[in-house]
Order: sequence, then structure tokens, then C-alpha cells
Amino acid sequence: MKAFYTIVKRELRSYFASPLAYIILVVFQVISARFFFLYLQGFLQFQFDPSYQLQTGELNLNNLVVLPYFGTISIVLLLIVPLITMRLIADEKKNYTAELLFTSPVRIRTIVFGKFTASLILLIIMLLLSSINIFVLMVHGNPDFGAVFSGYIGLFLLGASFLSVGIFASSLTENQLIAAVISFGVLLLLWLVGALSDAESSVLGYISVINHYEDFSKGLIELKDVVYYLSLIFLGLFLTYTSLESERWR
Amino acid sequence: MVHVHNLTKRYGSLVAVENLSFRLDRGDVLGFLGPNGAGKTTTMRIITGYMPPTKGTVHIEGVDIFDNPLQAKKMIGYLPETPPLYLDMTVDEYLDFVADIKQVKRKEKKSRIFYVLEKCGLSDVRKRIIGHLSKGYRQRVGIAQALVNNPSVLILDEPTIGLDPLQIIEIRDLIKSLSGERTVILSTHILPEVTMICSKVVIINEGKMVLEESLDYLSEGLRNSGSLLLRVRQNGEGVKEKIMSVKGVSGVKPGSSGEFVITPSEGVEIREELVRLVVENDLGLLELRPLVSTLEEVFMKAISSEGN
Repeated sequence: MKAFYTIVKRELRSYFASPLAYIILVVFQVISARFFFLYLQGFLQFQFDPSYQLQTGELNLNNLVVLPYFGTISIVLLLIVPLITMRLIADEKKNYTAELLFTSPVRIRTIVFGKFTASLILLIIMLLLSSINIFVLMVHGNPDFGAVFSGYIGLFLLGASFLSVGIFASSLTENQLIAAVISFGVLLLLWLVGALSDAESSVLGYISVINHYEDFSKGLIELKDVVYYLSLIFLGLFLTYTSLESERWR
Repeated sequence: MVHVHNLTKRYGSLVAVENLSFRLDRGDVLGFLGPNGAGKTTTMRIITGYMPPTKGTVHIEGVDIFDNPLQAKKMIGYLPETPPLYLDMTVDEYLDFVADIKQVKRKEKKSRIFYVLEKCGLSDVRKRIIGHLSKGYRQRVGIAQALVNNPSVLILDEPTIGLDPLQIIEIRDLIKSLSGERTVILSTHILPEVTMICSKVVIINEGKMVLEESLDYLSEGLRNSGSLLLRVRQNGEGVKEKIMSVKGVSGVKPGSSGEFVITPSEGVEIREELVRLVVENDLGLLELRPLVSTLEEVFMKAISSEGN
């Protein structure tokens, strides 16, 4: 347990000792806030558009602001997560510090899980920052809180899945750039593979990461979606563990 | 105590280490020698538990590194060929991290870090970022890192590589002062270093052990090669014959510019007689000394005889 805490602490220190974490947080916040503003502006214009007056059921903050805002965040996560995870293991190999870690009395799974947890904390900080916009919306309007809550659960699971894929990519190489490209490629593929079909109807639709997010954004927390994300997270971490363990045998 | 038994490591069809066995007791300092690619680093990585062997066992203080890695690794301090440093941390932060990950007890941590900072001469740079330190200091941080958990087995892969002569002397003194209650294994290319620090020598070549000897015994053997080197000013005809005529000389090999390598019969002291001969014949004595074979020669001999 102490070793786990030590790993998490060092990774977080490393994120925040370099400008990387700050740049990631700022870029993430600026992009998502800009889109939030656009969606809000759109909502205000629609209110005065006579042709929308008949569809009052559709015309609410959740559908026109929160939903697209979360959609934007999920895309930004797709772009940013590879940058968060790329150094996690690749850098240890490059600086020969892997030799320190793997000759220390620590299990490999503790190392992997510690690094994953550190990146998870960065994700949580990002999501908390993004919630400032929602908070403003809550003060001045009345979006459905349930849908906001489930949407955040979904974003968290989605982001965590991205992170576990990213860590696996980082364990495959000692080059950060290659790690980032691999994880971005895999994530994009997982995203697009079932983009035209839905989760119920086909295998590819089920594999697609984003299909499982839709229910969350509508306010539904379904067991099958939660299981999907948890499985993906487990798979990513397990493959990371396997890749590190098999490297020792080579 | 380190006990290496029948260690074999294969990478596919390439054999890196083959049937290596040795045993070290507390207080032993082992010099681990061999040409590049002989399998030194591989052997050290197996001993530290970084990689598993294909065959064979390693016991650290009686604990199997492969069956019980967490317990065995606590007793090891390891400096790899490239010191494993986080360049964005300060020396203090780094040693604190290493102490934590090696599970040094909270109560002892502070005093251990203070001790290694003092011992490795790092007290002045403890607040500096490792990335800003010179190579010599980084090497010291690497050694400090290996010592912070007070290991009973210390494994150093080329600890003096890339340091300036003054730093080399300091690090050697440091290693000497660290032995005693510890078992130390160090690999090196610098042969005099072994003579200076080590109590035992293992030479490996192409993964196989070619020589295992205690250094006392080895240097005794080195000194008593028995041959003498004589150099005289007069290098005319017949000098060789005159030397041969001295009682107890069994062989003379003339070299360049009046040098003769003289081999006496076993256990016969011929130096007095030789000098008398030189003086009486007015040959002009310039030099007479015992020929000491160096560790280099032993090393070369061990490796080339293996090759044949």
C-alpha cells in the first residue's frame, strides 16, 4: 500500500513539476469553455426563433447545451489523453529508471495501478474544472441534474478507459511520441469502428467506445455500459502488466 | 551472502550466461571482469531480480530472488550501468522516493538519507535538480540511491565509468569503506581497480566462467612468476652465453637494446651471481628487476586460453 502511494505521489509530482499538466489543463478548459459558450449562445437564439416555439419539449438546456458540451469534452479527451499517458512508462524505460523500479521490492501490478491512478487524478481535475460551466448554468437556469450527474459518470468511465489504453501504448515503447501516436490511433479506431451502427445491433457497434456513452448522456446509467467500460479499463491495465512482465523474460 | 548456482540465460539461441556458479560471504568484494558482451550486466540483472534466468538459482542471504522477490530485493542495493535517475527531481526528493519505494522504515528514513548524502559527498547539492548536476555527481547520486536501504548486498555495474581521476579515487575509497559488513559485487573494465578494491575476482568470457580466485592468492601468483629482467649497456656477442653459464639459469631470451629475460630454475636465487657476472665482465648494469605479470596478463591469458 505504501509503495502504491509512493508511485502515485511521484507521478503526480512529475506531472505538476513540468509545464505539461498545466498546459493540458489550460488547453482543455479553454476549448471546452469556448464550445460551452457557443452552445449557450445557440440556445438563447433558438428561444426567440418562432419555428422552434412548437417544439418546447425539445427546447431545453439539457438537449441544447449540456449534451453537446459533454460531447465536446469526450472529443477533447480523445485528443488529450494520449498526451497524458505517453510518458508514464516509456519515460521510465528511456531514463533507465525502469531498472530501479523493477529491482525494488514492489510488484509490477502495483506500479501499473499506481501510474494509472495518478493519471486518473489528473482526469478528475479536468472534469472538475469543466463542471464550473455547468455550475454557472445551474445558478442561472434549471438543467436536469440527474442527466448532468450520469453524464459525468460516463465521462469519467470513458476517460478512464482512454487512460488504460494509453498506458498500454506507453508500455510498448521507450519513445513518448510513438506511444502517443499508438494510443491516439487505437482510441480513434475504437471510437469510429461502430460509429454508424448502434450498440445493440452489431458487434462493431458494441465494441465502439462512444456508443456506450450515449445512454449516460441521456441520464441513464446502465449496467451493460458500466461493465463495458470497466472491462476495457481492466483489459488495458492487464495488457500493460503482461507487456512489462513479458519484457523481463525476453 | 550471495549464492549463484548454475546460472544460465539464453536470449533465443544466443547464450548470454552459461552455468555460472559462485559463492560470496559477508565482507567479500567481488571484482567481476570480462570483455564487452561477456554477460556481466546480464548476470547482475539476474542477481538483482530485474530479469529471471533461463536456468539456475540466485540466493540473497538464503532467500531465493525468483521465488521470493519482494523479500530478497529489500536486501539489495543496485547501481545499474546508467544511474536510474529522475532528472526532474532534486537529490533530496529523489532519495526520499527511493527510500519509500524500497520500504525503508519511516523512523530510519531521515537518518539513512542524511547518512548517504554525507557518505557520497552530496550534502552541498541536496537541493539541486538532478538534471542540472554534472556526470560525476549523478554517478554519486546513483551510488547513494543504491545505499539508501542499507543493503547487505551491494551490486555496482561499472561504478567509476565516466568519472574524472579524482572522483574515481573518491568512489573507490567509498566502496572500500562500504565493504566490511556487506557483500559487494562490482563489474569493471579497469583492472588496477580490482587489485585496489576487491578481495575476489571472477573473470567471465562469452558467458562462461574462466577464472575464479581470491585476490591474495592471485597477486601472490602474479609476483612469483620468477623471471628476471636484466638490461646492460654492452650488448655484444657472447653475452647471452655468459649469462647461460651462471649456475641456476635455465633460460635466456634476449630482447631489444640489451634486455634479457632470464628464467631461473625452480626456487634458485640467481640475482647475486648475475650481478657479479655483469660487474666482472664490465657489461654496464642498467637494470635488474623481477618481472611481475600484471592482472592484464592474467586476464588476457584467461580469456585467450578459453578461446583455444
